[in-house]
Amino acid sequence: MALRDTRVTLAHGGGGKAMRDLIEEVFTAVFAPPGMEDQARLTAEALAEPGARLAFTTDSYVVTPVEFPGGDIGKIAVCGTVNDLAVGGAKPLWLSAAFIIEEGTEIALLHRIAATMAREAEAAGVRIVTGDTKVVGRGACDGVFVTTAGVGVIAAGREMAAGLVRPGDVAIVNGVLGDHGATILAARGDLALSSTIESDCAALGHLMADAMQAAPDMRAARDLTRGGLASALNEIAQAAGCGIVIDETALPLRAEVVGMCEILGLDPLYLANEGRVVTFVPEAQAEATLAAMRARPEGAGACIVGRAVAEHTGQVRMRTAFGGSRIVDMLVGEQLPRIC
Amino acid sequence: MKFASEFRDPKLAKALLAEIAKLADQIGASKEKPVHIMEICGGHTHSIFRYGLDKLIHEGVEFIHGPGCPVCVLPRARVDECIEIAQKEGVIFCTFGDAMRVPGSKLSLLQAKAEGADVRMVYSPLDALEIARRNPAREVVFFGLGFETTTPSTALAIQAAAREGLTNFSVFCNHITVPEPIKALLDDPHMCLDGFIGPGHVSMVIGIHPYDFIAQYYGKPIVVAGFEPTDLLQSVLMVLRQIAEGAARVENQYARVVPEHGNKVSIAAIEDVYEKRPSFEWRGLGEIDASGLRIRTSYRAFDAEEKFAIGYAGVRAVVEEAEGCACGAVMTGRMKPPACPQFGKGCTPEMPLGALMVSSEGACAAYWQYGGARAAE
Repeated sequence: MALRDTRVTLAHGGGGKAMRDLIEEVFTAVFAPPGMEDQARLTAEALAEPGARLAFTTDSYVVTPVEFPGGDIGKIAVCGTVNDLAVGGAKPLWLSAAFIIEEGTEIALLHRIAATMAREAEAAGVRIVTGDTKVVGRGACDGVFVTTAGVGVIAAGREMAAGLVRPGDVAIVNGVLGDHGATILAARGDLALSSTIESDCAALGHLMADAMQAAPDMRAARDLTRGGLASALNEIAQAAGCGIVIDETALPLRAEVVGMCEILGLDPLYLANEGRVVTFVPEAQAEATLAAMRARPEGAGACIVGRAVAEHTGQVRMRTAFGGSRIVDMLVGEQLPRIC
Repeated sequence: MKFASEFRDPKLAKALLAEIAKLADQIGASKEKPVHIMEICGGHTHSIFRYGLDKLIHEGVEFIHGPGCPVCVLPRARVDECIEIAQKEGVIFCTFGDAMRVPGSKLSLLQAKAEGADVRMVYSPLDALEIARRNPAREVVFFGLGFETTTPSTALAIQAAAREGLTNFSVFCNHITVPEPIKALLDDPHMCLDGFIGPGHVSMVIGIHPYDFIAQYYGKPIVVAGFEPTDLLQSVLMVLRQIAEGAARVENQYARVVPEHGNKVSIAAIEDVYEKRPSFEWRGLGEIDASGLRIRTSYRAFDAEEKFAIGYAGVRAVVEEAEGCACGAVMTGRMKPPACPQFGKGCTPEMPLGALMVSSEGACAAYWQYGGARAAE
């Protein structure tokens, strides 16, 4: 063991031996990149097929607390970027991982995050092939920030985009909504709420591959991260130039999540998810899509939540359990809890 | 969720709606000559729109949205005073989330935070007290805001601070009371209200008798109500029944939560810590006698107004409402939100001119969010 410190100091960002020890012991030891040059050098047979395209995405992850029931920042950083590729119809292949680490962070925490990332990457069938670390002074960041970029391959002939959704298409989600957002709220500890809810954080590459096989004409998919289902549907309605109707009684919501939202005056439709996706498929392929999703653990709760319609272009409306109808708007700013 | 789903039962709601329709026809209420019922509380306004009750109910029943959102009735001058305190060197300013986006004459608290003020969102005044304990070198100010519902918890925080001898904790007190503005509304010669739906959570603290004057002196029915859709529908039905009988009583629809005489412990805490101000300024309603609370002299050390010589303890600036903002007319029920010339144009949830567009309990935000104005049907 070359690393003798228990906490990260500015020396670990200095470019010298301390930094090399940190990178080698904490990160490359578990990520096992295919070489230690300054850039990953990659080959993929799938790319050689005529018509195949590269998909390339990046995302930064900041979450407080860094570890929470059902996951940690490393799990979100891998799953989030894998999901960004998967919802575009790509097979995720490679990730980069860059860490901004606050002085004073426990090295044991970094080990746990790196171990989670290696495990999640393997399960998702991707490799972490390059990366970076920076150490910043106390207060310049909050614990650990992680940025991952991802590269995948979209097979020839596969075309998915929000703009391709047509009236009549069916909207399917892969499980209950809002668990991640509710978990983070409870885990911050300033609500004095205890709950048994766990984050839904999951990589959806395999689920999307199965769903796409079942629905060759899948129009579009969106992961339901910040802003939740409501925001994703609004984006799709606007891009597609159609309306979307969802059915309040069909929404998959856990009683604990609904209860927490009642107490805080929040709407679960806007809560963040890290392992949920909405896909639009032609009605004739809906049953096959549902069956394919339900065959996997991360899709066990798959259900139809609504459909695209020709009316009220660009708007999402919800049929309430009462038979009324109301607009489900984009979120303005952040959801703020009510006074009373 | 248990204890909520049974109050959202569509079958029960349909039956209530049918009874309301029958009674409304019986008393001759029509679209041209509707019965005007004011729901006082912003929480009720929110529920009405969330469940689309305004569209489902008989056209002879019209909801008038009352002044019962504590964030919305806060005048710009008060928001400015908040920001002045928050921007003082060494201050940690703690607030409920709702108040973050309310525009003052120059900034909101959210913007003041971005400019460097240490503004923190808390869920309870006790959280602010904990921040004060952990930061003895900083002055921690809690933005005490709300009706009788939130007043007791601020009182408990002040009592605890006094017991512990904390010297770095104070409250910017904006607690207000429900009965006085209702009296002001009833005294307005333009007002044409036929009955009230009373705020259930306020009565959970003060009981139902502070509203006796509404029935006895003004001859109007009032029903203290819960917040679920069937609670509201049942309360409308109870108001209509009184109108049909020609009666005016205070009734309690929310008896599962509201004790007739309120909560004695909470009332005692309120009386220990606060006294009535001679008057308090309300957005849209102006100064109303005895409608606000201030911290008693015995707890003066915890009064941010005294500590910083600000607000009613200092020289108050005259701050006009934003130009073209009709929050006042909407709040008194004289104008519906979409009739405001700024609604959806100069004033949206992204860029609010007035407070009614900010708080989720504001009538304008509720109209906008749930599409009261935009929905074609």
